[in-house]
Amino acid sequence: MTPIRVLVAKPGLDGHDRGAKVVALALRDAGFEVIYTGLHQTVEQIVEAASQEDVDVIGLSILSGAHLPIAQKLMARLREAGMERVLVLVGGNIPECDHAPLRELGVAGVFATGSSFEAIAAFIRARVSEMEAAR
Amino acid sequence: MPNNLREVILESGIPVKPTYGPEDVAGLEASGPPGEFPFTRGIHPLMYRARPWTMRQYAGFGTPAETNERFKFLIANGQNALNVAFDLPTQMGLDSADPLAEGEVGRVGMAVDTLADMELAFDGIPIDKISVSLTVNAVAAPLMAMYFVVAEKHGVPLAEVRGTAQNDILKEYIGRGAWIFPVEHGLRLVTDTLEFCARHAPKYYPVSVCGYHIRESGANPVQEIAYAYCIARAYIQETSKRGLAVDDFAERLSFNFDIFGNLFEQVAKFRAARRLWAKILRDEFGAQKPGTMQMKMIAGGGGGGLTIEQPENNIVRGAYYALISALSGAQTMALCSYDEAYTIPTEKAALLSLRTMQILAEEMGLCDTVDPLGGSYYVEWLTNEMEQRIVAEMAAVDREMGGIVCAVKEGTLQRAVAHQAWQLERGLQDGSIPKVGVNRHRMETTSDQHEVELHRYRPEQAEEAMRRTNAIRAGRDQQAAAAALAKVRDVAVNGQNVMPAMMEAVRAQATLGEITEALKQVFGKFQEPALV
Repeated sequence: MTPIRVLVAKPGLDGHDRGAKVVALALRDAGFEVIYTGLHQTVEQIVEAASQEDVDVIGLSILSGAHLPIAQKLMARLREAGMERVLVLVGGNIPECDHAPLRELGVAGVFATGSSFEAIAAFIRARVSEMEAAR
Repeated sequence: MPNNLREVILESGIPVKPTYGPEDVAGLEASGPPGEFPFTRGIHPLMYRARPWTMRQYAGFGTPAETNERFKFLIANGQNALNVAFDLPTQMGLDSADPLAEGEVGRVGMAVDTLADMELAFDGIPIDKISVSLTVNAVAAPLMAMYFVVAEKHGVPLAEVRGTAQNDILKEYIGRGAWIFPVEHGLRLVTDTLEFCARHAPKYYPVSVCGYHIRESGANPVQEIAYAYCIARAYIQETSKRGLAVDDFAERLSFNFDIFGNLFEQVAKFRAARRLWAKILRDEFGAQKPGTMQMKMIAGGGGGGLTIEQPENNIVRGAYYALISALSGAQTMALCSYDEAYTIPTEKAALLSLRTMQILAEEMGLCDTVDPLGGSYYVEWLTNEMEQRIVAEMAAVDREMGGIVCAVKEGTLQRAVAHQAWQLERGLQDGSIPKVGVNRHRMETTSDQHEVELHRYRPEQAEEAMRRTNAIRAGRDQQAAAAALAKVRDVAVNGQNVMPAMMEAVRAQATLGEITEALKQVFGKFQEPALV
């Protein structure tokens, strides 16, 4: 079985990348193929990277509080690019009250600061295999 | 030692015994009196007995007018200095109308596009008496220029202007991430500000070297000091090349350090750091003035130690952080407010942090006597141990990473710190590193929204900022603005100090975005090394 490919992305201007790097290292250690975009990416650059790298998952790390507008834009761009099958996760400082609105936008999973590596990895594996089975 | 006794190893890798006695400090360097070289016990002989620490909570959000209101509120409640938060577009040199600024204008600090915004923020603030700290790095030069021009308009000449800029670009490449230009150009801009201030604004502190963000990115306490000192050393070396003697400028370097972690390890860290800084300045750089050898710092923050879980526990953590800072002899204190993980502090949270410091200073006796932990067998032993390890870590940066500038350029330091952050996170997840509310005494029912009042984002403030900037751009002398921007480009190319040209551009009402763009055309942008 080919490994699941994950793009860990830092959208926007926020430069706090500890969480993004830590999750990238943890997922790599758990057997995923991980690409990390680096800082200050536009949503367009992220969609482009996801397309070029043919990833199964995009994990956004956002700590500035701008998660709702960024997620909204990303989901729209993915639809325009015909990439709806890509699983989108959002991590960072996401208050409880914003989890449901993010899911309504089409975000598959919200993993706020402190989420366990195991939970993230298990969620990705389960959802990707569901999608493979449905194909 | 009984076999069943719990093993204690500090984050910095130092094993700790259950008791310490005279035999542990015999033969160690004595701490000496405060106010005397090497300043282990404090940089002043009387410390807080003569004057309590400066209280400087981080504030700033939305529009300059709202920020101005918050400043006045904090001053009215007894705060005696300001610590200005800028929004991310400002920190990245983008005007509010830039497409890349969308959704971020005024979110994590105030938006500043032009001199007029800066004027509005300080309207009615007595900046001759209140010292102002600007939390900005990649675009510190143009924002310092704006502040200097505002001070001038308040009747405070350059030679008298007081305050601090964070302006520590090398740490931005390691943690915090608000870099724009390639490393050598970022370093050049910092050097320009140090040189300019030494010659023209001698009362201003142009750089606050931040171990803080390096520690927040995953470094341990020893590495925090070691990497910050390597960075400070690089700034001193570069500025010395401009024909200034170390005693002419190094006194104006200050530090920003992290407080979270083991109480005794932090206190010893700061005592060791003061002692080592004095030795480096005297022995390596030949400093002669005591002021040059004194390590001055802001401390009290430690966002990495706060938790999303049970957020009210962070109020208690904040109080202990303040205690640690006071026991460590900090010159200035800025506490993390309990809602820091979510938002720029609300008025309620900022006031609580201020009261926390006031209770310590005015009720608890923290200002009565200098370095009250000095002379403790454990603290003196640990101070010595920390100092040795910081020295070794600094040597390792030179030996194994080719020096700090090379380490940052190639990303070796960033990779090492990221791997360490991952190990720490694993420790928190498997419970080997205890954290109350997270892996100890956890409560599954807590829902944050009931406990933390959030500072909500308002898109109208972006529109207001754009309107104001458009009006200024339309009303200015276009030729003068274009000429001033051309001058910024010229000095960026020819290596002259950028500060005079920056001040001219600011006066000509060039926007921060335009000035930054002029520099980008000359310097290009930093290419982030890969995370391997």
